[in-house]
Amino acid sequence: MIEVQHLTKRYGPVTAVDDISFTVERGEILGFLGPNGAGKTTTMRVLTGYMPPTEGKAVVAGYDVMEQPIEAKRRTGYLPETPPLYPEMTVREYLAFVAKIKGVPRGERKARVDDMMRKTHVHDMANRHCGKLSKGYRQRVGLAQALMHNPDVLILDEPTAGLDPKQIIETRQLIRGLAGDHTIILSTHILPEVSQTCQRVVIINRGKVVAVDTPDNLTSRLRGSETMYLQVDAGGTDVAAVLERVSGVTRVAATDTKQQVVGYEVDSEPGRDVRRELAAAVVSRGWGLLELRPMRMSLEEIFLHVTTEETAAPPAPVDTATERTGELVP
Amino acid sequence: MNNILAIAHKELKSYFSTPIAYIVIGFFALLFGYFFYAMLIIFNQQSLQLGGLGGGGGNVDINQQLIRPLFLNASVILLFVLPLITMRTYSEEKRSGTIELLLTSPVTDVEIIVGKFLGAMALYAAMLGITLVHMVLLFAWGNPEPKVVLTGYIGLLLMGGCFISVGLLISSLTKNQIVSGMVTFAVFLLLWVINWIASFTGPTTQSVLNYLSITDHFDDFTRGILDTKHLVYYFSVMSFGLFLTARSVDTERWKG
Repeated sequence: MIEVQHLTKRYGPVTAVDDISFTVERGEILGFLGPNGAGKTTTMRVLTGYMPPTEGKAVVAGYDVMEQPIEAKRRTGYLPETPPLYPEMTVREYLAFVAKIKGVPRGERKARVDDMMRKTHVHDMANRHCGKLSKGYRQRVGLAQALMHNPDVLILDEPTAGLDPKQIIETRQLIRGLAGDHTIILSTHILPEVSQTCQRVVIINRGKVVAVDTPDNLTSRLRGSETMYLQVDAGGTDVAAVLERVSGVTRVAATDTKQQVVGYEVDSEPGRDVRRELAAAVVSRGWGLLELRPMRMSLEEIFLHVTTEETAAPPAPVDTATERTGELVP
Repeated sequence: MNNILAIAHKELKSYFSTPIAYIVIGFFALLFGYFFYAMLIIFNQQSLQLGGLGGGGGNVDINQQLIRPLFLNASVILLFVLPLITMRTYSEEKRSGTIELLLTSPVTDVEIIVGKFLGAMALYAAMLGITLVHMVLLFAWGNPEPKVVLTGYIGLLLMGGCFISVGLLISSLTKNQIVSGMVTFAVFLLLWVINWIASFTGPTTQSVLNYLSITDHFDDFTRGILDTKHLVYYFSVMSFGLFLTARSVDTERWKG
């Protein structure tokens, strides 16, 4: 549905997006993840036809955004980082205007506007001026705007930015509900958002794609070894020695102690589940096993992992910058 | 076409939902009314004097001595008022980010520009519409030539169209409304006075400068003359202004 090939965008000497390629299948939600200034917004702006790429091409819903911009735009809904609202228009007037320029047929406009207001829960603000809306409402009116012409492709730039927790949950539900009918790209720098909403993640840093995968795969792929966390009440005896003898365990480290209860981190060989053996070893000695859970690398850790790895990749910059880059490398 | 009208309608509506339209129309009406009143008094004085001399008032010409100066003065008011209309058209959209909505909608750049142009023209026409009241008074109590009044209004509309297209161009170059307004005013003023030095230059420069002056072309309209030379000039300036605006919007895209 969306095909990006060797896309590069330069602003003068600055390369904002550097030769990135990825595809999004129909009905998929793709998370676009990266630190601020990584090139997310630029990529999205190219996809929506707001600006042309310096090199490479982007095909949206079967239309090249440069060759057939109008056809591509007809099938794309876009929510920019700041919702593009006219402060002096009421929500209803604004959405009616959007319906007109997005090419919704005259007879369907009113019903469509009402429909979108209900869908994004802004109908109680229908006659309020856009300039007087709270951040949450602005964002949702922006979303209603993007959905207005029922586009095949939805491009959402940080759709949950500035919302309160309840609104964030609602918006995520709304977005998940849209998948299937719509193909969605959403950008964010909030990591849990990706694991909760997206089927696939593109991590981008300094204009380059550093990883593309499902959130689950990313988590497991980047885990070098399996790590378990145990809490054992052993009355002061040496649990670590026992745990180390369990087959498959490569490392045991005590992490925290609360009176007699000691927490341990246990690493094992990759791909081996040692939970049963660990539990048996503890229980058979009559100790209390209070907690046993796998420790997964969180998306935050993965993210830091891939993005800092990336900084080490280019040849070391000259003079003082070298030292600083050196520190960043894990 | 529908897109153009949708955008023109939106522009016009936004003029009227901010104080701009009311201020522009109000002050234009006030100034025009003052000029009308002042010239009427002067005209009355002249015709009374001539009448007193026994000429029977036959030598005073309402077209040349009242209507013509009135239109010429109106053209001066435009220099001040039209920048207020055009200064926000693009600047404000760029500043607030709503330009992203327009440029990512299935609408061409030309449709956006023409829509904005027509929106501004509609407000300008409404502004001129108010002055019809004065003309009604003249027709009720005097006997002016309808043709002069008609060509005068056509001339004002065309000249205003040129100013608006130049104003749009300048507005498309900056995010800042004040900068846009100031530069537009300066450019208008320059286009107005550009032929003042004409008589001190060589014959070629002189004719070029005279040709460039937007207000110089207006003169014939106030005499009741509809010359294709001037029509061509005004339509060329308008199209060129809009064309450059389209280029400027496109360039902005590439720069990001």
